[in-house]
This record gives sequence, structure tokens and C-alpha cells, in this order.
Amino acid sequence: MSNVASASAKPGVPAPGTLEFNNDYTPAEAERVIRNAKGLPVGVRPKLVWTPARIALWAVIAVVCAIAWSVLAVSRGEQISAIWFIVVALSSYAIAYRFYAYYIQIRIMRTDDANATPAERVHDGANFERTDRRVLFGQHFAGISGAGPLVGPILAAQMGYLPSTLWIILGVIFAGAVQDMLMLWISARRRGRSFGQMAADEMGKFGGMILSVFLVVMTAIAMAFLALVAINAMASSPWAVFSIAMTIPIAILMGLYERFLRPGRVIETTILGFVLLVLDIVAGGWIAESAFASVFTLSKPALVIALVIYSFAAAALPHWLLVTPRDYLSTLMKIGTLALLVIGIVIANPSVKFPAISELAGVSNGPTFSGSLFPFLFITIACGALSGFHGAVASGLTPKAVEKENQIRMIGYGSMLVESFTAIIALIAAVTLSQGVYFSTNMSAAQIQSAAGQSYSASATAEANAVAAVDSLKVSDIEGNHLTTTWDSVDESGNAKTYEGEEALTKAASDLGEKTIVSRTGGATTFAMGMADFLKSYLGGQNAMAFWYHFAIMFEALFILTTVDNGTRVARYQIGEMLGNVRKLRKFADPTWKPGNVITTLIATALWGGLLWMGVADANGGINAMVPIFGISNQLLAAACFVLVTVCIVKMGYVKYAWVTIVPLVWDVAVTFTADLQKIFGPLSYFAVAQKYQTQIASGTLEGKALANAQAGLSNAYLDGVLSVFFLVMMATFVVVGIVVVARTLAAGRFGAATTSEEPFAESQWFAPSGLVATALEKKVQREYSAKLHELKAEQQATA
Amino acid sequence: MFAAISSKLLAAWRGVVWYAREISGEARYDHYLEHFAEEHPGETPLTEVQYLRRREEYDRTHPNTSCCC
Repeated sequence: MSNVASASAKPGVPAPGTLEFNNDYTPAEAERVIRNAKGLPVGVRPKLVWTPARIALWAVIAVVCAIAWSVLAVSRGEQISAIWFIVVALSSYAIAYRFYAYYIQIRIMRTDDANATPAERVHDGANFERTDRRVLFGQHFAGISGAGPLVGPILAAQMGYLPSTLWIILGVIFAGAVQDMLMLWISARRRGRSFGQMAADEMGKFGGMILSVFLVVMTAIAMAFLALVAINAMASSPWAVFSIAMTIPIAILMGLYERFLRPGRVIETTILGFVLLVLDIVAGGWIAESAFASVFTLSKPALVIALVIYSFAAAALPHWLLVTPRDYLSTLMKIGTLALLVIGIVIANPSVKFPAISELAGVSNGPTFSGSLFPFLFITIACGALSGFHGAVASGLTPKAVEKENQIRMIGYGSMLVESFTAIIALIAAVTLSQGVYFSTNMSAAQIQSAAGQSYSASATAEANAVAAVDSLKVSDIEGNHLTTTWDSVDESGNAKTYEGEEALTKAASDLGEKTIVSRTGGATTFAMGMADFLKSYLGGQNAMAFWYHFAIMFEALFILTTVDNGTRVARYQIGEMLGNVRKLRKFADPTWKPGNVITTLIATALWGGLLWMGVADANGGINAMVPIFGISNQLLAAACFVLVTVCIVKMGYVKYAWVTIVPLVWDVAVTFTADLQKIFGPLSYFAVAQKYQTQIASGTLEGKALANAQAGLSNAYLDGVLSVFFLVMMATFVVVGIVVVARTLAAGRFGAATTSEEPFAESQWFAPSGLVATALEKKVQREYSAKLHELKAEQQATA
Repeated sequence: MFAAISSKLLAAWRGVVWYAREISGEARYDHYLEHFAEEHPGETPLTEVQYLRRREEYDRTHPNTSCCC
């Protein structure tokens, strides 16, 4: 901003005081300043500068990190505070960002501020427009974050908190954030080209084609899975259904306001929408109490139909009317709620109820997800540690808007660390609940029936059966006792009271303004319970619990609805492009061709809507069947990102450092291929499940609802099984293509940027600091840059 | 003392407003004007409403792949 001000000042008039340049570089500093041919200082060479104060600071961070990890790892038989999770995460992130990400920046990315980024090269005033690094960080985070990290850690918590914590933190440091940063890097060096285009450029048309098909299928699966999570939280809850349905008129109101009353006033519109949203959540409580409650009590199949119609309408209506304003709301919620939650956890200071490693970590038939710790824990956590989708985002708008190459570490690595932090918060939400409540919420009705065994009674309440089922689980709490079902609340006269057993479940439901919390699988309900607990501690107290619970549900639903219509749009576009490749269907490639739009939207909606419908029809709640297929497809896409990045690194000749991507690639391939093979062959496989249903149906003993359930389960299992085979074949081929390209490059022995699709060097004329906060040196350079720019302008005018 | 604190607060508030305008996209038109003044001096830029419509049209045909998780 300041350059612009000084550049447009009159010649001869000195720049404003803060911009005055005194040439006060120390010799060491002067050496690091990068100047272009015109003598403009366009960057600062990255360097670790050690001062005594800095050494002391990093020593303290390292010690705190070590202490916090040992508290989490060795504590047995005693209560610990959940704040330790935050300490562990933040200190580990700091060290990784400062040292490991820096190592990758220096050795592999070799970012050079003398080189112009796509924003500077193209500079078209549309997508290729320089964006301040702090703003781009926020935008990139909003782009990569979704409901995934809020769901995975909650389901994974059944095995205890330690395996999940280790993977969320180590996984992001060595895999997830590395992938995001390097994808951003390769795209920024290639004019912001997309994932699929880069794969085609570097690995041949075949590789690019595999990726395009894979992306469409996996977008549909991700949408179906996340929509199922939302539906499980909304089903038979009039409060949630009303308040979420009302976001449609709210968004339309916002859209009309911005369009006709105050064009371009986004902040005003967002504030207006947020106020309406809060009122809407409060109103949901009244509706749930009123005679209208039955109108908004919808079954799962009804919700699926509503969601499909909605998403089709969202794609068909003009974007300013519905989609754009809802995006405003969800961006605000994404960033704002995260801050509220961290404060809430620190103030509420909840204690951890789950053990470090539970008995379920050693078995493969836990209730929230099936399969053993390796590989299914990693598959289940998915997005919070590593997400292949981010490869698509990191090669989308962000590389086109980044100002300087040296900012890539902060934006790519930094944003993913925040995403992982979201996953840690979700984990805290789960492990601070009593395990009895956690399992009651996360076991489907069928699981409760089979776990309760003899104690199950069809005439008893769902709560009574849930307690019976939970009691039969052989799981200990953090103190080594058998797990309990408790709920901390207040009694009628307002005194603090801990409710136990069946009473705990009914009290929890009434505190949260829900009919029941039993069998609300999918993680959204669990997350919202934890979130309500943290937020009520400093915002409104016990009476605000139900409000915050529904605020949390709204938070997740907005995430998911944004995903659903954004995903529909993206899938529609991808399908159009794919069909456009066929000669007779070339017209589909034109995104402005209306009939083509309708047809591709129908295909996209049918894809995910069909998957969602089958998930809902599943008597086991569908989540159990969908988690692995969603996690596997996402983690396989991450493997594809690592393959592509490794190819680029090898082609550049940085073979010595290729382990940085090969290690996470090998690990990810081991996890996904093991999981996928177990889902195709063996006792856990979808085909084994299908076999089971087949025998049941063939035996002829099933009737009515049970028969329908078995048939739904059968087709679901076959579909998921076929998808698993499809994924395995596609990605195995992609990995092989990658290996062939790497082997050919090594055999040819020709390396360097010329062997890749990297754009040749182009001199930069821009300066901007690299990190979140500008350093003292960067401030000096900024002043020199402004002064020089000023001089150059004056010279230009003089010659003219 | 009081003046120092209030100027700090004012600067912080300006920072918040700047960030909100940038991240929400509200400042986009301002950047367009800057861009336009530099590249096409002397010509008349689009009005804000015209610019917003043009931008919408562009976004509609160039969907962003932000997605999912």
C-alpha cells in the first residue's frame, strides 16, 4: 500500500516520514538484500540469524515442547488438563515451521525473490493480482479448511488420545504441510497451473487423465460423506433443521442487500447476515418448543431429497443471490469460531477423560470405525494431518495471487498448520467428554443392539440400551477404571451436579435442546457438544449451552453446505471438460452453454446424491462404511501430490533432498494400499460384508424392514468395494507412471528447470516482506524500495 | 501518554478494517482502480457496479477448486 502512495506522490516531494530511507544497513544485512537490474531492492535472502535472545527463545520453546509431549505420553492414572494439547501442538508447529519448513525452502524450493511470481508476470487485474501475504494466508486457509478435520479426530478418539495426537502433529509436519507448500511452490513456478495440468505436463497425458477422472469421483465421495455427517446431525432435530434451512432466506436477503442497496459493501452484508444468523439460531430454540416442531422434524431420506434439490437450485440460481453471500458467512464462521474456541478451551480448562491408549487400539472392531490402528487410524483422521484435496486448492487461486516466492512457506506450510490445529481442537472436544457419552453418541442403533447383547430390550428407551451397550465395552478411562457415563450440569435449583448413566444422557440431550444424543453418529454432534462446553464457560454460562450447541452445528453445516454447492460446481466443470474431450460432445467444454450446464449439474448431483442416498439407507448409519472410502480416496490423492512433487524435485536435480517427499509418499502408499487391500480382500472387506448380506437374503428368513436393510447394505457394500478396486488400480498406475518418469530422468542424467515445465526466470519489480510480521531488515528494504521507486518515476518523467 | 495510546488503538483499528476489507474482497475495486490508473492513464475505468458484474461473470465461468476438507 505504502509504495503506491509514494509512487503516486509528486516528483521532488520527499516520501512520507515513515518511508524515509537512511541507508542504515549493517554489512551483514546489506549482503542479504536482492537487487534487480534497475537497482530496485526486490527481496531479502532467507537466512537464520542467531542472536543470544533468539537462542534463548528457541531453547525455551524446545523445552516446553518436550515437557508437554512427555506429559501427554507418560501420564497414566491421573487427570490431565486439555491445555497440554494446545501447548504440544503450538510448540511443535513453531519448531517445524522455523526449522524443517525452512530447510525445505532452502534446499528444495530455493525460493528466489528476484524471480517474478505469476501475479507479477500476468498481472491481469482478475485472478492474477498481487494479494498481501497476510490476506492471502487467510484466503488460502479458508480455501483448504472444511469439515473434514472436525470429523476424523473425533471418530479416531476411540483408540485413546495419543495415537491421534501423534499423527495429527507429526503427520502435518512431515507430510500434510510439506505437500501443501510444495504443491503451491510447483504451481507458482508454472503460472499457477492446476494439479491436473501439471500432472499432464510433467508426467504425460496419461497421468493427467488418471488424475482428472480420480478428482471427479473423489469429489463426489467427499461431498456424500460430509453431507451424511450433516444429515446425521440434523435428522429429527427441529432446532437444527429450522435454523439451517433459514440460512437460505438469510443468504438471499444478504444477496439482495448487496446487489441493490449497497453494491460491493461486503463487510456490511456479512455483519447483517451474522446478526440474522444468531437470531435464527435463537429462533430455532423457540420453534423446537412450539407446535411447528413437527414441521421441521425430518427423517434422513427427506433431508437427502431436500439437500439435493437445494444444491441443484444453488447451482442454477445466480451466484450473487445464494452462493456468494453464504460463502461470506462460512468464511467468517471459519476464522471467527476457531479463535472463540481456543479462548474457550483455555478458560474452561477441561480435563481429559480418555486414556492415552485405550483397549480399542489393539483390536479391529471398535464401534466408531472398524479396522486396526494401522492403517485405519490414519485413514480416519485424514484431512487434519494430510489431505490430498489441498493439492487442488494450492494449485488454484493462491499461486496466482502470491506476491513473492519467499512467502510460499508462510502461506502453504503455515495454513496447513492451522488446519491441523483445528483437528487438535476437535480431538479435545471428544476426549474431554465422558467416554460413555462419547460411545452412546457415536454408536449406531444396530451397534448398540449387538453390543448390549442380552441386556438389550426393545421396549427400553434408547438411553437405557445405550448405557447397557457402553457398560459392556471393555474400555477404561484415563484413571484406569471402567469407563463411565457422566454429564456435568446443574440441577433444578441451579447447583452443580454430575449426572450418571441413563440420566446423564437424557440430561445432556435436554441441556443441548435435543430430543436425544444417542446414535448421532458422524462426529458433528460430538464436536458440537464439546464446543458448547468450551464456549458456555465464558459466554453465557449453563443457560447458553443449547445455543452454543446449535451454533456449532450451524458452523459445521455451513462448512458442509459450502462444500456441497462448491463441489457440485467444480464437479460440473470437470465433467464438462471431460465430456468436451470427446469429439461429438465438444460443446460441453464451453461453460456458458446452458443445456450443457444443466446436464453436467445433473450428473454431478446424481453422483453424490446417489452415494448419499445409499449411505442413509444403511442400517449401520452409513458413516462406518463411508469413512474408509472417503479417507482412502483423499489420502490416495495426497500420494498423487507427492508423486508429482517428487517428479519435479528429481527433474530439478535435487535428488539428494528427494527423501523429503519420498518418505511421506512411501508412508502414505503403505497406509492407503494396505487399507484399500483390506477393504477388497479379507474379513474387513466390503465384499465380505456383501457376502454376509447375500447369505442373509438368500436364506429367506428376513422380512420387511430387515430385508430392506440387508438389500441396502448389500448394494452399498458392492458399490464401495468396486470403488476401492477402482481407486487402487488408478493410483497404482499413477505411482508407476511417476516411478517411470523418475527412472527415465535419472537414466538420462539431464536435470534443471529446462527439463520441466517451469517458466523461465523473469525479473521481479516488486518487493514485499516474507513472513507474517515484517522483520527490521525488511522494513529498511521497504523504505529503500519506496525511495528508489520514487526516484525511478521522477527520472522517467524527466526524460519524458 | 493518552495520545500515544489512542493513536496506537487507532492504528490497530485501521489495521483491522484494512484486513477485513482485503479478505472479504471489498477492497478489490480499489485495487482495480489503482491497476487501471497505472496501465491505462487517461481512460475511464468501469464504475463499481459494472466492475462487480464483470467480476461475477468471470467467476461464474472460472470456478475455484476450493473444496471439501
